[in-house]
Amino acid sequence: MTAKHAALAEKFIADEPRINWHDETLWFVREKRDKAAHGLPEWEQLREWGSQIKNHTLSNLSNYLKEFEEKAKANGIFVHWAQDGAEHNKIIHQIIQKHKIQKIVKSKSMLTEECHLNEYLQQHNIEVVDTDLGERIVQFRKEPPSHIVLPAIHLKKEDVSETFHQHLGTEKGNNDPQYLTEAARQHLRNKFVESDLAITGVNFAVAETGGFVVCTNEGNADMGAHTAAVHIACMGFEKIIPRAEHLGVFLRLLARSATGQPITTYSSHFQKPRQGQEIHIVIVDNGRSKQLGREDFRNSLKCIRCAACFNTCPVYRRSGGHSYHTAVAGPIGSILNPNLDMKANADLPFASTLCGSCSNVCPVKINIHEQLWKWRQVIIAEGYADASKKIAMTAMAFLFSKPKVYRLAGKMGRTIMQVFPFLTNNKWNVWYKQREMPEPPKESFRDWYLKNGKINKNE
Amino acid sequence: MTTRENILNAISSNQPNLVPLPIIYRTEVIKYHDNYIQFKSVLESIGGKVELINNLTMLEENIKVDKVNNIFIINTITAIGEVSVPLDKLTGLELEKLEKVYIKGCLGVAENGAVWISENQMKNRLLPFICQHLILIINKEDIVATMHDAYDKIDVAQNGFGVFIAGPSKTADIEQSLVIGAHGARSATVYVVE
Ligand code: SF4
Repeated sequence: MTAKHAALAEKFIADEPRINWHDETLWFVREKRDKAAHGLPEWEQLREWGSQIKNHTLSNLSNYLKEFEEKAKANGIFVHWAQDGAEHNKIIHQIIQKHKIQKIVKSKSMLTEECHLNEYLQQHNIEVVDTDLGERIVQFRKEPPSHIVLPAIHLKKEDVSETFHQHLGTEKGNNDPQYLTEAARQHLRNKFVESDLAITGVNFAVAETGGFVVCTNEGNADMGAHTAAVHIACMGFEKIIPRAEHLGVFLRLLARSATGQPITTYSSHFQKPRQGQEIHIVIVDNGRSKQLGREDFRNSLKCIRCAACFNTCPVYRRSGGHSYHTAVAGPIGSILNPNLDMKANADLPFASTLCGSCSNVCPVKINIHEQLWKWRQVIIAEGYADASKKIAMTAMAFLFSKPKVYRLAGKMGRTIMQVFPFLTNNKWNVWYKQREMPEPPKESFRDWYLKNGKINKNE
Repeated sequence: MTTRENILNAISSNQPNLVPLPIIYRTEVIKYHDNYIQFKSVLESIGGKVELINNLTMLEENIKVDKVNNIFIINTITAIGEVSVPLDKLTGLELEKLEKVYIKGCLGVAENGAVWISENQMKNRLLPFICQHLILIINKEDIVATMHDAYDKIDVAQNGFGVFIAGPSKTADIEQSLVIGAHGARSATVYVVE
C-alpha cells in the first residue's frame, strides 16, 4: 500500500488560506445541522427510529426487494438488476441504444459515480450532461465531485468564474455567485427541454408501494425526469425502506443532517410513469451483498448519504474530498471502499483520528469510527498496511498487552522527549507535519494517580 | 442463475436475523401551539412567501390582470378561473417560457414549510418546476404539524407522482452562498385560505 491519502492531502493543504476556508465552511454547515437538530426535542429519538428501521430493513432485505420489484412492475416500471458497475452501465447503454437516444441529462447520483457511468458512456461517444450546479462545475473541469452533497466545495468562486468563462462565455472576472448561477440556469434549461433521457439517483425506495423518492434543492431531477421520454433511476439495493410512513422519519432526518435545512426544496415521489413515458429502475449490488455478510461492517449499508460525517470530520475538513481518491469520500467512504477493493483503499481507514464525531452526528447511528478501527485490524491482518503503520500497530498491540513494558516505554519516552525534543520534532516524523509536539508531561497519569488518587482517598 | 437470483440469494444468506420494526410513539413528536404561525415562519426563513386570505377573489383578479397583460400563466384551479385543457400533453419546449402557475396543494407541513401536491392537482408534472413563479393555495385547516401527520393524510400510491415543495428552487454550490432560483421556480408563494 502507498500512503495515498496522506500524499494527496499534502497537495490540498499546500494552499493554507484555502484549506482554512474549506475547514471553516464545512464546520459552519455542521453548526447549521446542530441548530436544526436542536429545534426538535425528539431528535435523538428520531435518530434511534431511523437506525432501527434500517436495522429491520437489512434483516428482511431480500423480501423487501422482492416486494418492491413486484409493486414497481405492477405500476408499469421496468426493473433491472446489476451485479456490479459494469453490468449497471451496460443496462443503461442498452436502453440508450434501443431508443436511439442522443441527449442525456443526469441529476446527482453517487451510485453512477461509483460505477463510472459517465466515463463508460463517453467511451461509446455518448455525452451525459450533469445538471446539479456543483456537478456541472466539476464536470466542466474534468474533476470528480469532492463531497457527496456539495460536489464543488473544494472550489472558490474565482475558480467557478474562470470555468464558466471558458465553457459558457460568462464575463471574465465576474465572480458573483448569483450571476454565475443564472448563467448555468439558462445553459441547463436548454439541455432539459431538449433531453430524451433523464438519469436520476434514488434517495428512498418504498417496498410497500413500489415507488421511489428523489430529493433535490435545485429542482434538476424533476426538470429532467418530467421532460424526457425515458427516466432511468439508479439505486444501490440498500435504499429500500419498508413503508411510505417511514419516509416521515427519513425526510425529517436527511436535510437537517445534511445542510441544516428543515427539508429539501423538492421531495419528489415517483410512482408510475406519466403517459407515454418509460421509467426504468436499476438495482445494483456492486459489493453490497458482501458487505452485508461482514458482521462488523454491515451497518454501513444503513447510510442515507447525508454527509454529516464529512462535515464534522477534522480529517476530511482539512484534507479535502479528492484525497480519498474514491467516489464516496469522508468517513463513510472509508468504510465502504475497503469492501470494494481492500488493497487499493487500504489507506482510507487510517485517514481518521477516530475521534468519534462522525458516529455522534450520523442520523442512522452507524458506528463509523468503530468500523474504521476494525478495518485497520483487518487490513493489517490481510497484509495490506504499509510497513511503518504495520510496525507501529504491532508495537502498540505488544505494549498494550504488557502493562509493565508499557509503563517503562512511557517513562523512557517522556525522558527522551524532554532531553532530546528534536528526536520527535523532526521532518522524518510525519506526525510533526503541520503540528507542534506538546510538551511531554513530567509524569504519567498512572504515577500521578498513584500519588494524588491515594491522597484524595485518605481525605 | 440470473443476476437477480444471484443478488437475492447472496442477500438472503448474508442478511442478519430478523429484528422488529420500532414503534413510532407519536406522543414523543413535537407539537406546535399554532401550526399556521410555525408554517409561515419556517417557509419565510427558507425563501418562500406566505399570505393569509379570506377568499379567492384577489387571486381571480390577479389572473385576469395577467391575462390582459399577456403574461404566460397557467391556472389549474377551477375555483379561481378558467382551466385550459388539456394540460397534461404540454412539453418542456412549450412550457419553457411559463411565467406563473397556480396549483391547489393538498396540505402544508408546519415543521418545514413544505406543501404536498399530487399529480391530479398539478395536472402536468412539469408545471411546478418549470414555471418562473409558483403560486400554491392551501386551506388553513390542512396545515399539519409534522411529516408523520402528513403521511397519515396522503396516499403516495394514489397518483403517479406527488411532491413536497418547500419554497423556491435554490443552490449554494458556489462557495456556499445561497442563490434563489437554481433550475426550478424563482419564487414560491403560498396563499393560505382561512
Ligand atoms: S454514514 Fe451517517 S452521517 Fe455519514 S453520510 Fe451516511 S448517514 Fe450521513
